[in-house]
Amino acid sequence: MSDSTPNSTVAPKSDVSALSRFIRATELDTRLLGMAGALVLIWVGFHYYGLFVNGYGAFLTPRNLWNLSVQTASIGIMATGMVLVIVTRNIDLSVGSILGFAATVMGVIQVYGLPQILGLGHPLIWIITGLCGMAVGGLIGALHGWLIGYLRIPAFIVTLGGLLVWRGAAFLVARGETISPVDPTFALLGGGPHGAIGATGSWIVGLLGCAGLVALILNGRRQRKKFLFPLRPVWAEYLLAGGGCALIIGAVLLVNAYPWPKGIVAQYAAARGIEVPEGGLFISHGFAIPVLILIGVAMVMTFISTRTRFGRYVYAMGGNPEAAELAGINTRAMTVKLFALMGTLAGLSAIVASARLNSATNSLGELDELYVIASAVIGGTSLAGGVGTIYGAILGALVMQSLQTGMVLIGFDAAVQKIVVGAVLVLAVYIDTLYRRGRK
Amino acid sequence: MSQDQTQTPLVELRDISIAFGGIKAVDHVSVDLHPGEVVGLLGHNGAGKSTLIKCLSGAYRKDEGEIRINGAPVEINNPRDARAYNIETIYQTLALADNLDAAANLFLGRELVTALGTVDDVQMEAETRKIMGRLNPNFRKFKDPVSALSGGQRQSVAIARAVYFNARILIMDEPTAALGPQETRMVAELIQELKRQGLGIFLIDHDVHAVKALCDRAAVMKNGQLVGVVKVDEVSEDDILAMIIAGKKPEHLAA
Repeated sequence: MSDSTPNSTVAPKSDVSALSRFIRATELDTRLLGMAGALVLIWVGFHYYGLFVNGYGAFLTPRNLWNLSVQTASIGIMATGMVLVIVTRNIDLSVGSILGFAATVMGVIQVYGLPQILGLGHPLIWIITGLCGMAVGGLIGALHGWLIGYLRIPAFIVTLGGLLVWRGAAFLVARGETISPVDPTFALLGGGPHGAIGATGSWIVGLLGCAGLVALILNGRRQRKKFLFPLRPVWAEYLLAGGGCALIIGAVLLVNAYPWPKGIVAQYAAARGIEVPEGGLFISHGFAIPVLILIGVAMVMTFISTRTRFGRYVYAMGGNPEAAELAGINTRAMTVKLFALMGTLAGLSAIVASARLNSATNSLGELDELYVIASAVIGGTSLAGGVGTIYGAILGALVMQSLQTGMVLIGFDAAVQKIVVGAVLVLAVYIDTLYRRGRK
Repeated sequence: MSQDQTQTPLVELRDISIAFGGIKAVDHVSVDLHPGEVVGLLGHNGAGKSTLIKCLSGAYRKDEGEIRINGAPVEINNPRDARAYNIETIYQTLALADNLDAAANLFLGRELVTALGTVDDVQMEAETRKIMGRLNPNFRKFKDPVSALSGGQRQSVAIARAVYFNARILIMDEPTAALGPQETRMVAELIQELKRQGLGIFLIDHDVHAVKALCDRAAVMKNGQLVGVVKVDEVSEDDILAMIIAGKKPEHLAA
């Protein structure tokens, strides 16, 4: 068992460029950097295309970027679960239909059910409704997982069936009607001027985020020291902490730079008896609640995938299902849990999506499964299994949404949008294939 | 058949049978294993060696027969059961998750966790560095997925996994098939050391010469049936070869 190849962590080659030295020192994922670069290109490209061709660059404005963040939330939440599903060499084609079904069930509960029992506008309505929605999603997912894990029906077939079944069921629940309006507190979960936390709240979230980032970096360094593992250079640690905090604070400044529309300000002022001054009142949106939900989900899912046994087993099953089984992992039970988690996330997305529309319809979430899968795949999840990250999937969702928003802003019609999104999906996977081949 | 009739065997496989779609892969085979003993399993491809041993490691469920450990009958229905009886297996395929690093593979299914219940990667890497320092001091690729390792390095990860958890019964399915001469020698030394520590080892191998050198007894199988169990010191390599090929014990041993 000899090992004559040089140690990759200790002996750096002398002819490395500054960039690769930077990447090695900071231990940043090069794919992450590539995707972030692609995202910036898309943003700048759309902005300047709009500026030169239409005379107005609408993309890089606080308003558009704020909307972009809200529009990404629903797909992004589900994409974090889809990564793990695809990592285990499975697929879930039913998430859009689960979303629609959960949304109509929640619509019925909060519009026809709970107000009769608790009274209209009762503060518990949104909580009970939301929990029911996630439970419905989770149970459907668990059923799918059981069919896949224990009855050994391929995931593709089970969830393809689920795609039809739950869409049909959603129609039956609401008899095809649109259920509206939803509970006012529930509606805040979808964003909008009132469904955002304002300037002060955003600063608090931002500063907590910065503190958390610094604590993570410090803790990582302490752990490595304890076991005498190689440390990152100090400058790299400062750079990571500084860069991360700058991004967070930049995001806070951005969402705080987007004011409420005049009409809403006027309503607000009238309700509170405030005099609106000459130039109008500047009330910041701040982070939208669905975006905070997405950030929370991303943190929880990252924790699950990297810090728990469950996450470890997900990746092991993807890397070598037989080895996972031989290592004593109950892969069938894992499949049930995993699909239940995916279903729960679809239920959570149903909350965000129906709250944003302020209504529940049986067609809510149609084609979402494709966007969710595309987000995960663009974000670097390999359909061969074993490889994929949560942050990648969220970046992937952001890329997808940026493309769509950008094309709307510069006036491409729906047909062209579809063509571009489809082509980008294929191109992204091709580039990823090249990248992986290059690393081997 | 066993070398020391006075002592309870560590493992007794009694009358084990398993069939796949009407074909008897293992047909009423009985073998035992004592502490500190290495028993070689020989036979052509498809003779049923690996299948027999997978009934013990929990990868397959036997159709008939009984498994006893330290004299007590046990049920082994899955790999978790086998691990609970301190049975560790080094599979021919190594059974590594290629996308995970050495530490994650070593502790797969038995992760070290922190007080909060999260996987303790740092601690696991430290333990992996320790055991690899013993088994394969040149091993450095602790951060890479095992797909980036050489055949010998991958083998050493699989061996480390079997050795780390204080196995009492070790199953090695062609552990040197993918290795060079120097690495093969290291495996041989390891087997000797584990034997001294009192482990019982089943060694599946094609190489009669290696079996003669490493094993105390050799069990030869053909077409799912046990041809015979012999003490390697009492037979020649040709005798063993004859058993493998002809499927019956040579005349002078048949007593």
